[in-house]
Amino acid sequence: MASTLTPVADPARASAPSQVSAPRPRRRRRPERWAAAAFLAPLVVYLVAFYAYPLYRNVELSLRNYTVASFVNGGAQFTGFDNYRTVLSDPVFVQALWHTAVFTLGSLAVQFTLGMALAVFFSAHFRLSGLLRALFLVPWLLPLIVSSSTWAWMLNGQSGVVNAGLHAVGLPEPQWLSSPTWSLVAVLIANIWIGVPFNLVLLHSGLQAISSDVNEAAALDGAGAWQRFRHITFPLLRPVSAITLLLGLVYTLKVFDIIWIMTRGGPSNSSTTLATWSYQLSFGGLIPKFGPGAAVGNLLIVVAFLAGLLYLRYQRKAEL
Amino acid sequence: MSARVTSRGTAAGLLALALVTSLSACSNGSSDDSASGGEGSSSLTLWDPYPQFDESDAWPQLVQKCGEENGVTIERTGYDTTDLTNQVLRAAQQGNAPSVLVVDNPVVSTLADGGVLADNDTTGLDASGVEDNILAAGEVDGQTYGVPIGANTLALYYNKTVLSAAGVDPSTITDWDSLTDALQKVEDSGKNGITFSAIGTEEGSFQFLPWFWGSGAELTDLASSDAQSALSLWSGWVQQGLAPQTVISNNQQSAWEEFLTGDYGFVENGTWQLGPVKESGLDWGVIPIPGRDGGTAPAPTGGEFVTIPTQADTASYDKSAAVVQCLTSADNALETDTTLSYVSALADVQEQQVSADADLQPWVEAVSAARGRTSDGLGTDYPGISEQLWNAVQAALSGSQSPQAALEAAQQAAGSN
Repeated sequence: MASTLTPVADPARASAPSQVSAPRPRRRRRPERWAAAAFLAPLVVYLVAFYAYPLYRNVELSLRNYTVASFVNGGAQFTGFDNYRTVLSDPVFVQALWHTAVFTLGSLAVQFTLGMALAVFFSAHFRLSGLLRALFLVPWLLPLIVSSSTWAWMLNGQSGVVNAGLHAVGLPEPQWLSSPTWSLVAVLIANIWIGVPFNLVLLHSGLQAISSDVNEAAALDGAGAWQRFRHITFPLLRPVSAITLLLGLVYTLKVFDIIWIMTRGGPSNSSTTLATWSYQLSFGGLIPKFGPGAAVGNLLIVVAFLAGLLYLRYQRKAEL
Repeated sequence: MSARVTSRGTAAGLLALALVTSLSACSNGSSDDSASGGEGSSSLTLWDPYPQFDESDAWPQLVQKCGEENGVTIERTGYDTTDLTNQVLRAAQQGNAPSVLVVDNPVVSTLADGGVLADNDTTGLDASGVEDNILAAGEVDGQTYGVPIGANTLALYYNKTVLSAAGVDPSTITDWDSLTDALQKVEDSGKNGITFSAIGTEEGSFQFLPWFWGSGAELTDLASSDAQSALSLWSGWVQQGLAPQTVISNNQQSAWEEFLTGDYGFVENGTWQLGPVKESGLDWGVIPIPGRDGGTAPAPTGGEFVTIPTQADTASYDKSAAVVQCLTSADNALETDTTLSYVSALADVQEQQVSADADLQPWVEAVSAARGRTSDGLGTDYPGISEQLWNAVQAALSGSQSPQAALEAAQQAAGSN
């Protein structure tokens, strides 16, 4: 079994650029260096202007006590980590953290499972499979404002079509958007629906890259459909799965529009995540609280950054 | 070798960055010049919270007319109410605030306190003749900021068809008990009792305040037993099914749309729905919101102030002030307030409005009895208190906390701000 796997893994490694021996660089002449710098400059300027500076400003915002007056006229007092202390000791923080974890992990697990099932389903080419797969992409293509408003309308407790359906079959009708028990479930359902196509597309393209020889060989050896998926398809999909999950994680952590449009994080913070809480603090009240809002945003960045590090570590291990 | 290349690359990158920065600084400078306007300037900017109007509507046309009368062209931009405050704060920070700002009255004191607005003595604006309870929202430390464009407030619209089918006579509704009885009768007749907006924004607090004040509670003590009785009234309605659960996520417009389905006995809504309700085809009426033990509950004053933000170039105040006076003058106020479906802030104009449309009479009375949200010395404390109040309303109505626990938590949070 193991011996059948090696030839598949090898070609990928053989084509890696590290194998190509580079010619020893000659000492460059001055104009060339300037040219190199000129090519580099736009990227550096772009990175500094659109990544480094905003990030720096956000950190600065979170370390000062901004009031309306000091925001406008400058001179906000430097208060160190006071905003972080305020945010961390706020009872909403624990709620928001828990909701973020449930929302993110719940979305990832269901999206990935459904996406994988659909990808395997569509990898068997049948009539109209291309068309069907294209139709599955619709949720991903719709503007979020459209899909979230549609979901909010469908899940409306009084006049929503979902409750009309539940009523027709005699099931209880939850107040999806206005009950603290159901609001997180409601936004979770909407987010899963939006995210499945993304998983489907990535996993499907991963499946295309697996040579059919391997599967055929295993089938000849007597492996059933489930065994082939479990021992061949799934392990070979691991790199694609990892990147799918990581991208999904970073994307889901910062999901904001769906929740804000459907429930505004309510009622009573029951669907507040770190992302919506940050917006709520900065822009949701009558008077903005930029300091604590920026602090929550920075905590979110740290979480996403840790997820990225985990991925890099995993990738390095896989390459060894 | 590679280190040397890198350091050179960095140096070049920094040089390029410096270039770009200085370029953008130049363009900033030039745009600032044209925005603040020199001697020969003939353009003003005006921001308002009425994004629903376009150039063909009466309000933008009035803005243009007031510009032409004063020899300036006015560039008008409409923002969503919540967004407007943020936009103004950012613009003020960058030193390019609009020349004229139409802004919701409860944030005037906070903007004024933050130095965003110029007071009327500085700009030469005249707010005399405006009713005291309406002007109060624009007064901070003895200075007045801007002129109110008109006022609105809340009352209960009812559906005559639904009430008569349920055997309810609206004139018998004089206090909370008789109102709850009426809601129960409507519910028993197979319709819904009442809908309102308890959303977690300023709209939610605005809608709750008539009940809060009608119980005798004060915003300085959110946890009083009077306050608890008001919140218990609302959460009781939701628990007994007299009001739908959707009130928790309704804004005022969604609550209004529920009422328009014809399935509701009552809706709490504002002066601005007077035009729409006449076109709705419903058989409707209006009663004031009752106090707990009878009488009319004080409703909050709604409506905007036309203000002049602080400018580096104080010479521009003259033109701005002339435009603001034009927009709020008695001649134009009638037209403006009819457009917005507001009650005028000027007593003379109110009489004209009532003689033109008798349906406005109860609203004029309600506005003169209404209370400013930032009055009673609350001023810049109001936004923080209001946020805790709407949180408490949400917690109690969704059932996650008892009214008492929710209000005690709110008072504690508001007190620590």
